[in-house]
Amino acid sequence: MTNLIQLHEFDGGIHPPENKHQSTQRPVKVAPLPKELILPLHQHIGAPADPVVAVGDQVLKGQVIAEPHGFVSAPLHAPTSGVVTAIEARQAPHSSGLSELCIVIECDGKETWAPHQSLYAELNIDDGDELPREAIVERIRQSGITGLGGAGFPTAVKLATGERTIKTLILNGAECEPYITADDMVMRERADEIVRGAQILLQALGAERCLIGVEDNKPEAIAALKTAVQSRKQEHHIDVVTIPTKYPSGGEKQLIQILTGLEVPSGGIPADIGIVCQNVGTAAAIADAIDTGRPLISRFTTVTGDAISDKGNWDVLFGTPVSHLLDISGYRPQKRERVIMGGPMMGFTLPALSLPVVKTTNCLLAPTEKELPANNPSMACIRCGMCADACPADLLPQQLYWFAKGEELDKAEQHNLFDCIECGACSYVCPSEIPLVQYYRFAKGAIREERAAHEKAEQARERFEARIARQEREKAEKEAKRKARAEAAAKSQSAKKAVPATKAAPTAAPAGSSDEPSPELAKLQKQLDGAQTALKKTKEKLEAAQSDEALAAKVPAFEAALTKTQDKIKTLAKEIAALKKAEKAQASAAPASDKGDPNTPERLKKKWEMAQGRLETAEKRLAQAEADGLDTVDALKTGLEKQRARVADAKAAYDAAVKADSGDASPEAKQETKAKPDSQAEQATATPAASSTQANAVDLAPKIRAQQDRIEKATERLNMAKADGLETVPALEKALEKQQDKLAQLEAQAASSSSPATSPGDA
Amino acid sequence: MTTILIAVLVLTALAIAFGALLGFASVRFKVEGNPVVDQINDLLPQTQCGQCGYPGCKPYAEAIADGDKINKCPPGGESTIDALADLLGVEPEPLDAEHGAEKAVPTVAYIREDECIGCTKCIQACPVDAILGAAKQMHTVIVDECTGCDLCVEPCPVDCIDMIPVQTDRTSWYWEAPTQGVELIVTDRRARRIAKRQA
Repeated sequence: MTNLIQLHEFDGGIHPPENKHQSTQRPVKVAPLPKELILPLHQHIGAPADPVVAVGDQVLKGQVIAEPHGFVSAPLHAPTSGVVTAIEARQAPHSSGLSELCIVIECDGKETWAPHQSLYAELNIDDGDELPREAIVERIRQSGITGLGGAGFPTAVKLATGERTIKTLILNGAECEPYITADDMVMRERADEIVRGAQILLQALGAERCLIGVEDNKPEAIAALKTAVQSRKQEHHIDVVTIPTKYPSGGEKQLIQILTGLEVPSGGIPADIGIVCQNVGTAAAIADAIDTGRPLISRFTTVTGDAISDKGNWDVLFGTPVSHLLDISGYRPQKRERVIMGGPMMGFTLPALSLPVVKTTNCLLAPTEKELPANNPSMACIRCGMCADACPADLLPQQLYWFAKGEELDKAEQHNLFDCIECGACSYVCPSEIPLVQYYRFAKGAIREERAAHEKAEQARERFEARIARQEREKAEKEAKRKARAEAAAKSQSAKKAVPATKAAPTAAPAGSSDEPSPELAKLQKQLDGAQTALKKTKEKLEAAQSDEALAAKVPAFEAALTKTQDKIKTLAKEIAALKKAEKAQASAAPASDKGDPNTPERLKKKWEMAQGRLETAEKRLAQAEADGLDTVDALKTGLEKQRARVADAKAAYDAAVKADSGDASPEAKQETKAKPDSQAEQATATPAASSTQANAVDLAPKIRAQQDRIEKATERLNMAKADGLETVPALEKALEKQQDKLAQLEAQAASSSSPATSPGDA
Repeated sequence: MTTILIAVLVLTALAIAFGALLGFASVRFKVEGNPVVDQINDLLPQTQCGQCGYPGCKPYAEAIADGDKINKCPPGGESTIDALADLLGVEPEPLDAEHGAEKAVPTVAYIREDECIGCTKCIQACPVDAILGAAKQMHTVIVDECTGCDLCVEPCPVDCIDMIPVQTDRTSWYWEAPTQGVELIVTDRRARRIAKRQA
């Protein structure tokens, strides 16, 4: 069938020395079991698997030890029976040399298999019947099969092609990289499984035909595959195509171009043009998974290089340490030890030999210094253009080099950096030995990092905006609630008001004289209270904003709000004061009571007490500020001093008042004073009134009467005190004397004002 | 005379027609908001850290659009300043040290959970809601959402929040740029080897 396929060619490519014959001289040997297996959880592209075993667990060969995490991921199976001795971070076989979570299994050497069965047996279908597609893909997924060519993309994900119809399946047996012969040996020794795998894949994809592309430097493999195709009677579906040897014809995109002439679009996948490409080893693994239920636990790995005496391929269990494999291959340690995982073109130097073989390890190359000399220092680019000729992806390696070197990443991206397959052909041909691929890898990584950062920034921006929106919404809700509450309060207030308004006449008159404040005053007082709480809240907010940098910008707004509230409070206080004054004036105008006078001893005392209280709080605040080391300490100190002065003043005023009240300072007397504020108040106001010379006789008459009342009361008090044997007796006596003096004065005044209207008949 | 009249009429007609067209276009293709602000905002790192003195990246973007300096963003660093200079056609300036220094490595907040008292102060401080928790419950940082802005560190009353460098893993790791010219002579290579061994 081969002659019917028209081959195409891709541009560029190189012909490095193949060095493949060294490792194909002997058949594949099964590597002996090492002491322990180290299984990194991230052997594939995608998310690392999640371990489902614990340290100390006994595991059987083929048992699942880690489940896939998400869609693009693959499970991991125990390659042999044994005990899980550790689940810990160990250095992983990756070019980064970073540590990753690994499951370590100590082999018991029994190789006891976990129960497994073919998909036919599981589904109760006769062998040879058509299998449901989903069942095939699911089995492939559960078997942990990933691409065995080198990248390690989960195969089940590749088979989930969605809406796209797949016409062609391509099995990649080109294996173009020097030294590596693992696929060659798979094709030679497991050709039947490969063809069987191709059959299964055709079923799973619903594809019509399969092309197995093999380079013409592997005649044995081609012959074996052709025999297998014939023995399976698949000549009409499966073609073994011999392609010319050229590096990198084994690249997925290159092989597709050679076999079909189609190019995978930039940034696309082969499925976009109706093609799925799989490695031949993967196909064999799929046949195993479906027909026997054996998961992917081992692979063929080439161990080659001049430092190895027994060059050849090994059937290696995953997790086998590289050092173990080198030991059994007769590795002679070199002066400058260098073991490369992968081929000489695309592989990477292992940071340590204790690292394990993983699903993507197709080759271990241990060259001598002579065989593969270290890179010479790179020289300046001479713009020869050989790299552009060699590039299989039709890129401009020279331009990309300049951009990567100058970190002009956007320009590198514009020059299709991401179409670079990192094959290394450009570096290989470069006469100046510039490590071009390393530049591209760096530039790709830097661009990806930048993209990730931008994505994260975008996410952060969205979250920030959502947060702001939420805060605004909450604020609006609060405001609405507050308004509703205020409205309700106003309504109830007006309802209340309406009621007293009807009885205004009887209540209005005593309002002035009674202790209860008038409705206006009450309203103002309420407003003041509200404003004060608002002030408090604003202060709190301001403090929070000051301590919080994020809200720093709101500080001025809060401060403005604060001053506004303060102003409001001030005006309210003023209004209240004015109202009170008016009331007081009214009250003092009313002869019955004149308690508005601010200079009564008990008022003074209250003032003093309040001042004292304020002083105490000020002291407390100062102490707090000092403890917190705030810079308001000085301000608080001056405030404290002022407060102290105020307290002293208040006290002095009080003492003076008390003295003026002639010994009413005794506790007994004080209590009485409190009990009878009215009389005290009268007395206090009467005093200045009495001393007033302008008072006329009409005024004096009631005063004299009042004075007489007072004297009576004082006498009573004195008597009571005498009866109780209190210490206040002399003080009261003195007070009585004074009162009598005053009466005498008043009478004298009345007499002197020459108005004989009244004749006091009391002495 | 008629020629002049025709010319004037034609020109007037054209002027009216094009005026109408322009008027229509200015209504139909009106640009909402200030596109420059959005462009600037796209370049800012969106950490919302407020180190620039504005309460978030968008306000700073607006300030830049209004003529503020472009060198006030420490999380963005040199690259952001260069990008802004490029966008706005101004000279790039060195980062203003007044607003802080560029971090050498990106960090994320980490709450030492057994020390957390559940005061929710850090939750209120976080500009991107990346801290999870409730009053008197332990809080924790959603690492993927944390921008490393440091704003939660200050309010914590028990100092249980650390800013730890972001770990490089296999997905975020990438190859270094080749160091050219440092190994031109043999002694260079030897010196590097010695330095490596000492490290």
